[in-house]
Amino acid sequence: MYTFSNRLKIASFILMAVGFIGIAIGFISAPSTIEESKAIVASSHDTHGDSHAVVDAAHAEHGEADAHGHDNGHDSAHDEHVLHQLQNKPWAALYVAAFFFMMIALGVLAFYAIQRAAQAGWSPLLFRVMEGITSYLVPGGIIVFVILLLSVLHFNHLFVWMDADVVAHDHLLQGKKGYLNPTFFLIRAAIFLAGWILYREYSRKLSIKQDESNDDSNFKLNFRISAAFLVFYLISESIMSWDWIMSVDPHWFSTLFGWYVFASMFVSGITVIAMVTIYLKSKGYLEDVNDSHIHDLAKFMFGISVFWTYLWFSQFMLIWYSNIPEEVTYYVTRIQDFRLPFFGMIVMNFLFPVLLLMNSDYKRVNWFVVMAGVVILAGHYLDIFNMIMPSTVGDQWFIGIPEIGSILFFAGLFIFWVFRALANAPLQPKRNPFIGESKHFHY
Amino acid sequence: MASKVIHAYYNDDEVLMHAVKKVKAAKHHIEEVFCPFPVHGLDKAMGLEPTRLAITAFLYGCVGISVATLMMNFIMIEDWPQDIGGKPSFSYIENMPAFVPIMFELTVFFAAHLMVITFYLRSRLWPFKKAENPDVRTTDDLFLMEIEIHDNESELRDLLAESGAIEINISEKNSH
Repeated sequence: MYTFSNRLKIASFILMAVGFIGIAIGFISAPSTIEESKAIVASSHDTHGDSHAVVDAAHAEHGEADAHGHDNGHDSAHDEHVLHQLQNKPWAALYVAAFFFMMIALGVLAFYAIQRAAQAGWSPLLFRVMEGITSYLVPGGIIVFVILLLSVLHFNHLFVWMDADVVAHDHLLQGKKGYLNPTFFLIRAAIFLAGWILYREYSRKLSIKQDESNDDSNFKLNFRISAAFLVFYLISESIMSWDWIMSVDPHWFSTLFGWYVFASMFVSGITVIAMVTIYLKSKGYLEDVNDSHIHDLAKFMFGISVFWTYLWFSQFMLIWYSNIPEEVTYYVTRIQDFRLPFFGMIVMNFLFPVLLLMNSDYKRVNWFVVMAGVVILAGHYLDIFNMIMPSTVGDQWFIGIPEIGSILFFAGLFIFWVFRALANAPLQPKRNPFIGESKHFHY
Repeated sequence: MASKVIHAYYNDDEVLMHAVKKVKAAKHHIEEVFCPFPVHGLDKAMGLEPTRLAITAFLYGCVGISVATLMMNFIMIEDWPQDIGGKPSFSYIENMPAFVPIMFELTVFFAAHLMVITFYLRSRLWPFKKAENPDVRTTDDLFLMEIEIHDNESELRDLLAESGAIEINISEKNSH
């Protein structure tokens, strides 16, 4: 049995406390009037005016094009827009971090279901680690749901299509109203979260029951529900990514978006499995987990990183090539205003894992895997950041106190919840029919 | 020069693995193991050196990506400049996304084909070559371990019988 060490518990509480302060500062310092927002923009221009020069030029051009007599109207509309962006900033920071950590648990849940459905022989030793991580889906999913609910209740403007005024003046959004309306949106979110959490809790229960069982009936039932869950997951994950992420840009769409988000959550999830396993091994638990298990997880980290890049590029190239204005704006904003996180993310999610984990021997070196894992996780945080920020805060983005505070808060909550769940059950399943194969697994 | 070799037959890959480890532990040199299918970890148990085929794969991949880049640059930019997606920049680097699929495919193509050819050359394989196989049963269901004899026939025979061999033969072998 694993016991949640006090040091780790205190560390997670400190992370949560520091993160909470960061989030609070973000909300308090958000402007409530146009004058305040102007002051914030002006002060940030003074400190690093260079980086905003491009934006200024763009604004100036825009202003000239609009100069048909309502110059003043445009200016005040612009100021109000910036105010909304700055007001969105702490919300967006909170939402990106909340989604990111929920996505890790959801990615692990998919990986776990695949292992169950495939009746994999190598992984049963890691099942309890995976079950521990997926336990975060309950608080993480509920937090994301609450943020979505607050969006529907107009506490923030992350999703412009929720604003009835905007829809009234937008022909395209009126056409999408049958699908993109607040009620149906919340119903879908509730169904998906209920389905994921139901599978997670039921599968965990069967997994624990199998330890004390006399036959394999729990194991077989777990196999069946996992296969069924994967069908549900495939559909719900895709729709979830359209709803929760793609709809922040309600005019833009991409048909492979669901896969793209899936690749991101899958690789983040596998990375966290590897990191938690290595941590537990370093504390003397999981004696039967050997280098070959770590090697296999690292192979997945490598492979899914390449898969992510493949999907990222497939989405980018088609839109870049066809150059259709309503589609290409998505990348124009990202390349103009988010140059560093946008291209930095590709380096972190593709070049780094490819170079670090290409060599077979390096996949067995624990500190190498952890190092690659830290970069992959940071890179996929940036990936979610790049999906949400451009249409919620625009060129007012910055990775500052609210963003880092949100990451720390959810990291603390994640660590606390996951390790608490790990301490609830023996770390090694006893009567899994494949446990012998898993112990002898060698590459 | 003809030498005497001992052939030990096994009917299970697990038994074979244990036998190989046992023979290695007794410090005998295993000449060769013939299997009907690849056995995981056998190369490590036999103490074979890691393959260098991976290094050639990397080099062939580099050749592939270079050929693709030079070829596309000549065809699409220099020889007959193309207007790519309404962006007539006539520059390779600015139109690079359009060429990435070709660069990727040729990298894989070169690495895969040249690696197979290298493997054939290195293993001295060619079409219609007569198999260097001491017993056709190793292509069906038996595993065969071959050890050279240096005046230690009875010792080897005992060791192999103990390791679970189902049949042990002595034969002459012409070394190539």
